[in-house]
Amino acid sequence: MNDFAIQTAALTRDFRSVRAVDALTLEVRRGEIFGFLGPNGAGKTTTIRLLLGLLEPTSGTAAVLGYDTQSAADAIRTHTGALLEHTGLYERLSAVDNLDYFGRIWRLPSSERRARIQDLLTHLGLWERGQEPVVRWSRGMKQKLAVARTLLHRPSLIFLDEPTAGLDPVAAAALRDDLAGLAKREGVTVFLTTHNLSEAEKLCGQIGVIRAGKLVAVGAPRELRERRGGRQVEVIGRGFAAELVHTLRQHPGVRTVEAGSDRLLLGLDDGSDVAPLVGLLVHGGAEVEEVRKNTASLEEIFLMLMEEE
Amino acid sequence: MIGDIFTVMRKEWKEIMALGGAYRGRFQLVVLLGVLGILLPLQMGVAWVNSPGVVGAWGWVPMMLVGAVIADSFAGERERHTLETLLASRLSDAAILFGKIGAAVSYGWLVTLVALVLGLITVNVAHREQGLLFFPWTLALSAVVLSFLGAGLASASGVLVSLRAQTVRQAQQTLNIAMMVLFFVPVFGVQALPSGLKARCAAWVVHAGSLRLLLSGIVILTAFDLVLIGAARARFRRARLIEN
Repeated sequence: MNDFAIQTAALTRDFRSVRAVDALTLEVRRGEIFGFLGPNGAGKTTTIRLLLGLLEPTSGTAAVLGYDTQSAADAIRTHTGALLEHTGLYERLSAVDNLDYFGRIWRLPSSERRARIQDLLTHLGLWERGQEPVVRWSRGMKQKLAVARTLLHRPSLIFLDEPTAGLDPVAAAALRDDLAGLAKREGVTVFLTTHNLSEAEKLCGQIGVIRAGKLVAVGAPRELRERRGGRQVEVIGRGFAAELVHTLRQHPGVRTVEAGSDRLLLGLDDGSDVAPLVGLLVHGGAEVEEVRKNTASLEEIFLMLMEEE
Repeated sequence: MIGDIFTVMRKEWKEIMALGGAYRGRFQLVVLLGVLGILLPLQMGVAWVNSPGVVGAWGWVPMMLVGAVIADSFAGERERHTLETLLASRLSDAAILFGKIGAAVSYGWLVTLVALVLGLITVNVAHREQGLLFFPWTLALSAVVLSFLGAGLASASGVLVSLRAQTVRQAQQTLNIAMMVLFFVPVFGVQALPSGLKARCAAWVVHAGSLRLLLSGIVILTAFDLVLIGAARARFRRARLIEN
């Protein structure tokens, strides 16, 4: 058994003239929460369908939990769980009936199935309403139930396709907390697609960014910020004269300077020192009240990646 | 595989019973059994158990029952966005397909058999002065076997239609047309035969006897069922269902 839950090599999928996934080469380690970021239509859902063996690639290969997606798709689907674009719940049935059905599909023995359903629904705060038809539930509750269904058979890997899409901020935060707690408790690898950047930052150890089917960046959120955005320093004060700003721009290690009447925003190379810059400002006659070190947000990095040619 | 088929059938039955709400689904079933098992037998009287024409009804009833639920099998899952989750499960193509066909056939057939028994009880109670009434054995056998094969025919053709349809309504409309074709083609086909051939066919039917007619019906319906199930099996492709 290798260390990777997912490995793809130049995975490509065309729909007629449209290339939905373009030479995707990716590795996801076992036990990690991997965030797959991208705007709508970037190829996230198609990637999941390819990894589950629901679609065949036009070219390239992919292995999930060591199984080839083309020759052993059944084995992949046996050992994984998936919450896809929609919750996939049978709304005429109750929550317990929904989970019971999938427990039977995964051949959980009846006593284990009952205990597992109660455990998951209790953990997610849904047990009290477990016998109600799901159609009466709120969207957030349905989404939680779909997460429970995904984890029911204790898969080694789960795919979650935008699990918090369409939820209000409170419900989304609650689901995120539950998801993080459950993933940790169950020790499961999570492949999560989202276009919610704060969600990815909070949940994911590694992030891949996809644009127009191509993987444009991959790494830990902190690495991505540092690699793509460098560091930023915000200086609050007065007297930031044009000559002083010009001098700063020429200073080694300074990449950008944005000047306002009472604020400077300096973009710095990694490893450059802030103290000499502050000294330069003070000696040049500026009054410095506060210096804040920032790094670019994941959102800024994401937008930067989306705008790049 | 058999266990998986029963798992799908079990869920389909639960959904059929919950159609339009749990109580409404069961209420509809009670009304249906009331009409087929009490009202019609009371109106027809003793003819209900000894008229050969009743066999036609027992072929038609399961087809009607199956037609009402089978359109929902795949088109409903697609419409309610549950199909992809089902396809992403560990179930094999065959288990999903045969589970859905099995649920519809068992529903149509079992309800028909219950109505058959209920009708028999009704006629016996209403005409108790005539002693114990029972179907002639060929009639009983025809009702049991032909209703099963009729349910199979409706189910296999329904699944085939439902696999392609985007919505339940579209599937129901196409299935209604298919049922009309199935009904009218033999009727008009016989009428269109040359008069000599028609006369030979009529003579064969008259001389064949009920058992031979029953066996012929079984062979024809079984062949139709197998062809349609084979077509549905060939049509069922996960990737194609996802891309639709």
